[in-house]
Amino acid sequence: MVGIVGYGAYLPKYRIKAEVIAQQWGADPAAITRGLQLFEKTVPGQDEDTITISVAAARSALKRARINPKDIGAVYIGSESHPYAVKPSGTILIDALGIGPHVHVASYEFACKAGSEAMYVAYSHVKSGEMKYALGIGADTSQGAPGDALEYSASAGGAAFIMGSERVVAEILFTHSYTSDTPDFWRREGESYPRHGGRFTGDPAYFKHIMGAAQALLEKSKMKPEDFAYAVFHMPNGKFPQEVGKRLGFTKQQLEVGWVVPWMGNTYSGSSPTGLAGILDVAKPNDLIFMVSFGSGAGSDGFVYRVTDEITNVQDRAPKLREMLDTNKIHLNYGEYAKFRRKIKLND
Amino acid sequence: MITARYHREIPQRYRLEAAKCSSCGHVSFPPRLVCPQCKARKFEAVNLSDEGTIVTFTVVRVASDKFSKETPFGVGIVELNDGVRVTAQIADVHPDELKVGQKVKLVFRRVQEDGKAGILCYGYKAVLA
Repeated sequence: MVGIVGYGAYLPKYRIKAEVIAQQWGADPAAITRGLQLFEKTVPGQDEDTITISVAAARSALKRARINPKDIGAVYIGSESHPYAVKPSGTILIDALGIGPHVHVASYEFACKAGSEAMYVAYSHVKSGEMKYALGIGADTSQGAPGDALEYSASAGGAAFIMGSERVVAEILFTHSYTSDTPDFWRREGESYPRHGGRFTGDPAYFKHIMGAAQALLEKSKMKPEDFAYAVFHMPNGKFPQEVGKRLGFTKQQLEVGWVVPWMGNTYSGSSPTGLAGILDVAKPNDLIFMVSFGSGAGSDGFVYRVTDEITNVQDRAPKLREMLDTNKIHLNYGEYAKFRRKIKLND
Repeated sequence: MITARYHREIPQRYRLEAAKCSSCGHVSFPPRLVCPQCKARKFEAVNLSDEGTIVTFTVVRVASDKFSKETPFGVGIVELNDGVRVTAQIADVHPDELKVGQKVKLVFRRVQEDGKAGILCYGYKAVLA
């Protein structure tokens, strides 16, 4: 049996409300919260980035896995906000956690699905017998241009998953990936903020790829939507995951636990992985979980997990996502937010 | 210029790696070549607890250039659960809320940057537990 042996999530304490951003740009706050179903989002502290978020999430994953960090054979971090253009984020993480130096490390990039890519490759290494444990992480401090629709959603957070074959808490039963050349969202080299194709990001991109991966996964697994206790899809806003769930035949109850975007925002590479961590926090043995990520450009990775009896031994060993989402929040005004996100031009 | 020093201090700044004297058990952080208690020269590496209590603190309102965008912020002496005291910036809290005796946890954060194009330096900071 191969699957997740330890998981952890991390969200920064800082928040900004969607209505505060709307007021700044003269938009109608009610229309934004109603249309996008976004109420507030996480904001990284001035001293937080993809690496610090990954370290915090991976520490929780290690606490749950109860393994020697030296036994981890590969570390992959998926993000579109790696702090260095040249120097893998994982090099810093392994030294912080006491992993390595005999370890394979790489940074992954595929818009919002870089995290599920990291998880997929980590899982494949263990399944092939190449190594005992492998760590896959999705984390981001997402960029959204001032005044752009993305500014309401682009947030910060991440989740880490240690794959292994002993004391598995969620077995991975099936996977499927679906990819095509679809220019719905991109950031050119050297640009500060991404660009997107507006409504083109919907049906030809998000819905086509998630549906493509999800339908193939259901066929491959010979399972039906009603077989699953939970489902989680990439969450660029509140509306899209609900809509794609409905089109595939999942109910609101199945989506509810993982649908954390209205109060968290879109953590990009950390989006569906963070939702999965929230589900694992409350899941019971034998629950089936359906997950499909989406990354612009574009592609989707799908996973079917079966929760094992081991889950109850690990859930309380590290902070839970819902606690981080609902407590100890520090709300920022737009000026503080602009400073935190380095949107203000300063002298060198 | 700070690259070599930063690299040398990674075990302490990232993992709170201290030196425990093999002779008398005294823990030095950062590690020392000679034990200040018994003058022995053999040590074993130990990782300190990441939980502790604020012993005292000050509030920085006028900081050097590198930290001027973060003011006001607290800097405290934290006594870790294993008795070792460390100095650390206190993050994610307005300094008006700080009190001596508060429980804190050391977390991994970006501590400074070597200019706009230089290396990023990470290490421990304290946050309220």
